[in-house]
Amino acid sequence: MSTPLKFYQVGSFAVGNRLLGDDQLSVQSRSDRTNSLTSGHRACQGCGEALGARYVMDAAMAATDGKVIAVNATGCLEVFSTPYPETSWRLPWMHSLFGNAAPVATGVAFALKAQGRSDIRVVAQGGDGGTVDIGFGPLSGMFERNDDVLYVCYDNEAYMNTGVQRSGATPPAARTNTTHAVGANPGASFTQGKNLPKIAMAHGIPYVATASVSDLHDLEAKVTKAMSIRGARYLHVLVPCPLGWGTRSEETIKLARLATESGLFPIYEAEYGTITERKKIRKQVPVDEYLQIQKRFAHLFGPKGNREYLNAIQAIADRNIAEFGLLGDAE
Amino acid sequence: MLQQIEGSKAVAETVAACMPDVVCAYPISPQTHIVEALDELTRLGKIGNCQFINVESEFSAMSVAIGSSATGARTYTATASQGLLFMVEPVYNASGLGLPIVMTVANRAIGSPINIWNDQSDSMSQRDSGWIQLYAQDNQSAADLHILAFRLAEELSLPVMVCMDGFILTHAMEEIDVAEPELVQKFLPKFTPRQVLDPQDPVSIGAMVGPEAFTEVKYLGHFKQLKALEIIPELSQEFEKVFARSAGGPDDYKGLVTKYHLEDAEVVLVALGSVLGTIKDAVDEHRKNGVKAGAMGITSFRPFPLDEVRKSLKHAQKIVVVERAFAPGVGGIVSSNIRTALSGIDIKMSTVVAGLGGRPITLKSISELVDKALYGSLPEFSFMDLDVELVERELERNLLTRRSGPMAENLLKDLGSR
Repeated sequence: MSTPLKFYQVGSFAVGNRLLGDDQLSVQSRSDRTNSLTSGHRACQGCGEALGARYVMDAAMAATDGKVIAVNATGCLEVFSTPYPETSWRLPWMHSLFGNAAPVATGVAFALKAQGRSDIRVVAQGGDGGTVDIGFGPLSGMFERNDDVLYVCYDNEAYMNTGVQRSGATPPAARTNTTHAVGANPGASFTQGKNLPKIAMAHGIPYVATASVSDLHDLEAKVTKAMSIRGARYLHVLVPCPLGWGTRSEETIKLARLATESGLFPIYEAEYGTITERKKIRKQVPVDEYLQIQKRFAHLFGPKGNREYLNAIQAIADRNIAEFGLLGDAE
Repeated sequence: MLQQIEGSKAVAETVAACMPDVVCAYPISPQTHIVEALDELTRLGKIGNCQFINVESEFSAMSVAIGSSATGARTYTATASQGLLFMVEPVYNASGLGLPIVMTVANRAIGSPINIWNDQSDSMSQRDSGWIQLYAQDNQSAADLHILAFRLAEELSLPVMVCMDGFILTHAMEEIDVAEPELVQKFLPKFTPRQVLDPQDPVSIGAMVGPEAFTEVKYLGHFKQLKALEIIPELSQEFEKVFARSAGGPDDYKGLVTKYHLEDAEVVLVALGSVLGTIKDAVDEHRKNGVKAGAMGITSFRPFPLDEVRKSLKHAQKIVVVERAFAPGVGGIVSSNIRTALSGIDIKMSTVVAGLGGRPITLKSISELVDKALYGSLPEFSFMDLDVELVERELERNLLTRRSGPMAENLLKDLGSR
């Protein structure tokens, strides 16, 4: 191919893009994909996490010749995938507790090392609650020791499995069942939150990346890259949740794209603590466009709306855009 | 080979001889010397390709152990006191999953008030966690029980705690015959896991189980514990053949209990762990004076050898259970298990809580128990060497003023002004 293809030439981010050469096809579009998280699971319609996990695991399997052991934190992904006697996992998979996916994965990695099985790789996964809150200390330990584990956080910005409660990753003003949209300061508070990709970068680990289910080709590429590296790696994937966000199930991808295009969820890669790649915003949108189609932000709109809060959220997006240099032509 | 060696070091060398694949460690006194020694042994290449991992908490220590064991690696860790409590969630998880992890608990008191010294409130708090619990009476048995523990854990696919009194055993220098690796190999075969995370044969482990099978999974955990009551005696016998000594230490009976002058004993002292040494001295003293005293130690507290305890104690006239932990609001822990063993038999039994937070259990105090038991002046439940005056002063202060201040600090102040 003489001219490199840009996806927007066909107006879509479709992963099975027919214009692509064979070597550029996504793992998911191949007939020999492993279906590691296979159909029949109990995720809600439009679940971003189910989609993300499927792409992540198939890409990890493709990158390792099918030699992946997966460790799962307690959460939606664990619950909807293994209502025994049914399991959706077509790879060796283990769930232990809510807060220990990282150290269990460490245990798997060191057991494999002791057995001389460097060909088998370990992927740990959890939601934002299991990652930024209850599993944070153990995850930091895994980073600091540079254990040979890829940890994937599927961030849907609250504790969805327990019925939508605030986590350390819940954005300001969002309504959850522990941050009700009532009173003088409706929704989640305007605090710093816990930016785990940046915290992961501060550990100086070999690879940190953010990704989104709005760009599955990019997600796959990042998993593939992560699997080519040894040591602690962290991938933070934004996965909209129709139930918790109060959104239409067919708008999951759109929401994920708006999160990125508004600047609220920057997509980037970092190696050893330094940002190496960032995905430029293609067509910037105001945060309103992203927020107004989500019921969790409904209290910010309408006659009783809250312009002050919307401005504050826009300021967060603007800060991200400046900090990560998200505007301008792709590098 | 006999050598003068610290208890912790003897345990570490014995664990090393068991050739674990993964050892994870988080420092907490009085367990630290064990993992320190294992780090050195690993680095010196004395444990094959063993991986030693310094984790950031006990919660992670047990979690690493879970992942490692589920990947088919022989896995060991050690902890104590607050550390054991900090890992309670994965401790239960490990037994529920049926992972044959071996862990040393260097018994130490649980705070508050913070206290680094010995009692058994830590491991006693985990008596219903589904782990097998073996209690060592001296350093030789502390070391040897680890070999038995790995074998037992792997036969049953169940985790095992080896409990040894902190400082009293861990930091004591004694003459120990540290098991030769060649002999250990004879006794402990290669680990063949029942369940393993393997890309060649993928399984899901740790699925959600609802009311339809949860009881059955839990029943099987109980069943395996009962099975251990059969297997421990068999393994003990085998151990004795290979090592020419019993894993349970002096006066061992089938690895389940220890019996000292029980045949004709009228007063029997029952205990777990290192206090048995002092108790046996007290028994000797009383025997010299013509008193028919005896002692029974519980080596296997989980599973609890109900039949052996019943057979050993049913002819006694008085039983005194000396416990290094208790159940606030009720009384004894070990003694309630003994009551279960003796159900339907009417024997006078007293529970004495002793040695909390490192308070020495003296030969004098133990000997007095026998006298008191004989003359009927030992209450059903009491605290050995309780400073009654100190307690009463604080209770009085509580009555006099609402804002009486922090309790522990008040007591220390009173002690200081004596």
